Amino acid sequence: MKRFRFNRFGLLPGFGLTLGITLSFLGLLVLLPFTALTLRTLQISPEKFWEILASPRITSSFRLTFLTALVAAFINAAFGFLVAWTLTRYSFPGRRVVDAVIDLPFALPTAVSGIALTALYAPNGWLGHFLAKLGIQVAYTPAGIVLALVFIGFPFVVRTLQPAIADLEDEYEEAAASLGANRWQTFIRVIFPAVLPALLTGTTMAFARALGEYGSIVFISGNMPYRTEILPLLIITRLEQFDYAGATVLAVAMLAASFTLLVITNLIQGRITRYAQESMK
Amino acid sequence: MNHYALFLTSFSPACRKLACLPILVAVLATALPGCGGNSQPGITLLNVSYDPTRELYRDINALFTRQWQEKTGIPLTINQSHGGSGKQARAVIEGLQADVVTLALGYDIDALVEHGGLVAPDWATRLPHNSVPFYSTIVFLVRKGNPKNIRDWNDLIRPDVSVITPNPKTSGGARWNYLAAWGHVLTERLGDPALAVKEPDSPAVKEAQAAARAFLADLFQRVPVLDSGARGATTTFVQRHIGDVLLTWENEAILAVQELGPDQFEIIYPSHSILAEPPVTVVDKVVDSRGTRDVATAYLEFLYTPEAQQLAAKHHFRPTAELPDKDNIPVFPEIRLFTLRDLHGDWKTAHTIHFSEGGVFDQIFNARQVSDRNSP
Repeated sequence: MKRFRFNRFGLLPGFGLTLGITLSFLGLLVLLPFTALTLRTLQISPEKFWEILASPRITSSFRLTFLTALVAAFINAAFGFLVAWTLTRYSFPGRRVVDAVIDLPFALPTAVSGIALTALYAPNGWLGHFLAKLGIQVAYTPAGIVLALVFIGFPFVVRTLQPAIADLEDEYEEAAASLGANRWQTFIRVIFPAVLPALLTGTTMAFARALGEYGSIVFISGNMPYRTEILPLLIITRLEQFDYAGATVLAVAMLAASFTLLVITNLIQGRITRYAQESMK
Repeated sequence: MNHYALFLTSFSPACRKLACLPILVAVLATALPGCGGNSQPGITLLNVSYDPTRELYRDINALFTRQWQEKTGIPLTINQSHGGSGKQARAVIEGLQADVVTLALGYDIDALVEHGGLVAPDWATRLPHNSVPFYSTIVFLVRKGNPKNIRDWNDLIRPDVSVITPNPKTSGGARWNYLAAWGHVLTERLGDPALAVKEPDSPAVKEAQAAARAFLADLFQRVPVLDSGARGATTTFVQRHIGDVLLTWENEAILAVQELGPDQFEIIYPSHSILAEPPVTVVDKVVDSRGTRDVATAYLEFLYTPEAQQLAAKHHFRPTAELPDKDNIPVFPEIRLFTLRDLHGDWKTAHTIHFSEGGVFDQIFNARQVSDRNSP
């Protein structure tokens, strides 16, 4: 049996100190608030806990929150990949400007993005009134929520993919070409598997970010019960009525669901990374 | 390959600099209260209030601090904090050291009694007019020329009318809107809405309440967007051009007409509406621990003086006192007003019936959901 032991690297000093700081930092900043949150739900009986979660308003909100986050993550994966590819592989005038623009959603307060998107896509907005003529409504529908989430999550995918694409050695592509692969085959069989782990990381981050988004959504979604009411809004609604316990139930359920999903994607990602590394050998 | 590390290094240098900003802010935040306390001897008060009173209390505070310093010689600073009423109450419950709270509705002050006993249960009786120094009401804001010809409450449920009002579960102002509509039906059916409290079991009252519920279900059928706060609803109506009528505080409506131009909007006064009472109180636990009870009480009593009432009227709140200088205050149209006490007795009852989980407001939406599912 392999014994569990600390892996001390003789070359790097300060292992004990840095591990100590890491653990206390994580404990104070991440684990402690979550523990406090979970403890608060203990005030509620399990039946009551379940009763709150099973109400149709909450379940439809759960569905909306996770589905819109998932759709937005997939859209971001596809278009984020394209953008990252274009920015790393091609050079064109204004590339650095475009590159800088990618960071904007990070820097903007989410409420500002929400208001800006609503102004643009509302039935009287610049884009919204063209779409309205076609019978398409974006603001105040789930499509509006997806739009805001795509905006918020986009930089995560681009910024994780860029270094991975830049790291690709030309030799692999040259080798693939010399072995008779056409460009499409090279992309599918050689390039894509190599950047897939980074793509998954970025998409997962965008997804996780989208689940918790509140600031921009409340402006663009219209907040109609059963239709466009996201979970974070229901949590705020409970708090607004001083129903701390009810709010905590929703928060803990959301936390548990997100955590499970993140663990699953991490497991998948681990497998794919290993597969990618093995196939590269 | 560590994607997370690469992810961080991939930011542009400017963006990385931006990441240092929170640290800088944190350092400043810890440093500032220290030097603030040293350079400013004297007393500070914190008034925790709701959104539309920002300009009003800025004027009142300037006047009161000047008077206080002249009278006692002790410099006084009054700090203000503004936000959604419920959010502000929660901040005080969670430890914000508010000497006085001036909120949008009594329910939020009742919460300070219930959670942590911050305020004495009899707070409403400590100052005149149930601790409400100035009041307001709920009116209609419509587009110029009133194209849909909206004159009174019953016009709101016409099929061609779309109504903007925020979610009463997240907005204090929206609860007044909702209860104004409820009180309208009771007034129309019973003549005197106070019968609802006086004879709760009479068939006429039961019938009127059922009609009120149906009216609100119809009304919310005509609400295309449920904003989370009053300012958000105003934006939806004014900037997005959604809806034909906005239900809002009178002071907000007058402000909107003034700020955005009388050529765009006009105010419609319905035949009757609710007396919207934003109450004030000292936070007992805080003033006792900070030793500021005297000045905090004097500050709130000052709100009832003619000078302060004059300022309130200037900011479109209806004064509770007769003002000597009649020429200098705007005229508020006469309107028949019923009170929350007429409809439900107190906020706790009103809240349990309408806005708690599973209350009338939830039932309206649940019923609609079921009927949507059944209709093809």
